[in-house]
Amino acid sequence: MLQSVPTMTTDRVSASVLVLFALLVIWESRLLPLGTFHRPGPAYVPVFLAALLLIFGAILIFTAGCAPRLSSLRWNEWRHALAILLTCVFAVFAIERLGYRLTVLLALVFLVKGVEKRGWVSSLAFAFSMAFGTFYLFYTILRVPLPQGPLGF
Amino acid sequence: MTETLHNLYLGFSVALAPSVLLYAFVGCVVGTLVGVLPGIGPLAGISLLLPASFGLDATSAIVLLAGIYYGAMYGGSTTSILMRIPGEAASVMTCIDGYEMTRRGRAGPALAIAAIGSYIAGTASIVGLMLLAPPLASFALRFGPPEYFALLLLGLLVLAYMSGGSMLKSLVMAVLGLLLGMIGIDPMTGFFRFSYGLVELGDGIGVVPVAVGLFGLSEILLTAGQPTAAEIKKPRLKDLLPSREEWRDSIWPIGRGTVLGFLIGIIPGSAHIISSFVSYAVEKRLSKHPERFGHGAIAGVAGPESANNSATSGAFVPMLALGVPSGPIPAVMIAAMMVHGISPGPLLISQQPELFWGFIASMYVGNLVLLILNLPLVGIFVNVLRIPYPLLYPAILVFCVLGVYAVNGSAVDVGIMTATGALGYLLRKFDFETAPVVLGLILAPMMEMSFRQSLAMSSGSYAIFVNRPIALVMLTVGLALLLLSVVPFLMKSVDWRQRLGLAGGQDAREKESI
Repeated sequence: MLQSVPTMTTDRVSASVLVLFALLVIWESRLLPLGTFHRPGPAYVPVFLAALLLIFGAILIFTAGCAPRLSSLRWNEWRHALAILLTCVFAVFAIERLGYRLTVLLALVFLVKGVEKRGWVSSLAFAFSMAFGTFYLFYTILRVPLPQGPLGF
Repeated sequence: MTETLHNLYLGFSVALAPSVLLYAFVGCVVGTLVGVLPGIGPLAGISLLLPASFGLDATSAIVLLAGIYYGAMYGGSTTSILMRIPGEAASVMTCIDGYEMTRRGRAGPALAIAAIGSYIAGTASIVGLMLLAPPLASFALRFGPPEYFALLLLGLLVLAYMSGGSMLKSLVMAVLGLLLGMIGIDPMTGFFRFSYGLVELGDGIGVVPVAVGLFGLSEILLTAGQPTAAEIKKPRLKDLLPSREEWRDSIWPIGRGTVLGFLIGIIPGSAHIISSFVSYAVEKRLSKHPERFGHGAIAGVAGPESANNSATSGAFVPMLALGVPSGPIPAVMIAAMMVHGISPGPLLISQQPELFWGFIASMYVGNLVLLILNLPLVGIFVNVLRIPYPLLYPAILVFCVLGVYAVNGSAVDVGIMTATGALGYLLRKFDFETAPVVLGLILAPMMEMSFRQSLAMSSGSYAIFVNRPIALVMLTVGLALLLLSVVPFLMKSVDWRQRLGLAGGQDAREKESI
């Protein structure tokens, strides 16, 4: 009985997620006019594409027995990856509130000192030079508008 | 021919004027810098520097912006090769083999071939632009919405068919990209689609944040914590020049990339991006060693780099001769010309020959400047690898955030980059190719528009796609590719059943392996 359970492979898991995503797109498209076969509305192409994704995903689920097993994946870098993603999320919320320089300074201190365990002096020197150097290059020389926070940073 | 030469003489007399020459040089230098910096592509670079050109005369302004454009195309390959971060979207394909070459200690030859291939393609395509522009542009004029739809669909199928992994997985990724491209205002009805109240999503998801996220950020996420992340052989000076075998392997890809890029370039669309994808696919198909692609094949650098530079010149054909922007970058350049009171179109050549031919001649000069600028700097670019990775990746991250933010001045774009970075990380973990996602995203609005316009033209009849010969030919080729990919699947029907992975099949496979 247990032998008939399909193997959990990487392709099966990813295809299942894509199938769920396709179903979500179809569900969300209900708010838009679908139109007709001959006169497509704004939801027509998204629904068609989601249906295509659903079909491709289903085929992948059924034909993915040879793919590597899910347990074979290694996630050694997850701590670093999470720290970097959190830094990016911080940048999203901080860049227009704290300003470019302060955001980059804090983000780099976190990454270089906190994550990479470099010394305080080198971390601060690196963070300061990157934050103020890139700001000078882009904002002052190239006149790229970059946000300045309430403290003028 | 005599008239062309006379016009070219007129052009060079304009382009070699000290002030124009200076702006061509400045444009090339800034463009290379823009291209080298991860995340800041030519579109962002030209957009950011557009206000700086307002104070110049029309010829100098257009020469400066064009210099930034093809300078960025040159420079974009550098970060692709050294860091697997495409400086701009057209360098996506260069990442694959260019970065593998870097990991094998062949960064120098990869950069040198990219610069030389770009120079040859750039120069040759200008000749093409000069001589072949009128007939080629008139051929592209025959394209209506059905032909565009067929062409774009064919482009996706070609990419999926030629991709290294499973065609099914590539198609899944392309469809995912197309779905992402559905976000934003529906151009035909004005409905907001999947924007969830975010005004910034009204124009859709930008290519820059998605490309930087899927290629740049995901690479950082995958490699930052690996104990062997910095396992990149540092090239010695004597290794910078390509070997004889590498030269031999690059000549034909450069030639093919030049022709292919130019032909694709004149067709409106994101030609320089599509051309690099198609060139990579063609080279892989024609190669005697297709298994080397994805593992550091120099043809995978030479072809796409030549093609995207050649397409840059090709893209100027509809822009200058017809006033039709062939992509977002020519659209920005047309806007810059209109600021100076110039309306690009058929009358431009006859009414303002100094500007048109000066621009053509400045492209010759610019390509030479870029070659002179890039080759000696190859060694300097390689030195980027000598920076410790725990310091390099935070620096790259800063440029990613800065570059993505600068395009629209929007933190939402940084959020999109973060989300697609996480997505790219997972997709690459699960062995999916991310390039079709980017292509799907780029093509989605054009595909949908041409599809719906075609149906509007035919009062809802799908026969329009088969009644028009050019569309029919392209769709037939696409269908043939699909069938070709299905044939091996059907021929191995027994294996297919075993591939279901059910216990019985797996047992059988295990027995076979024993």
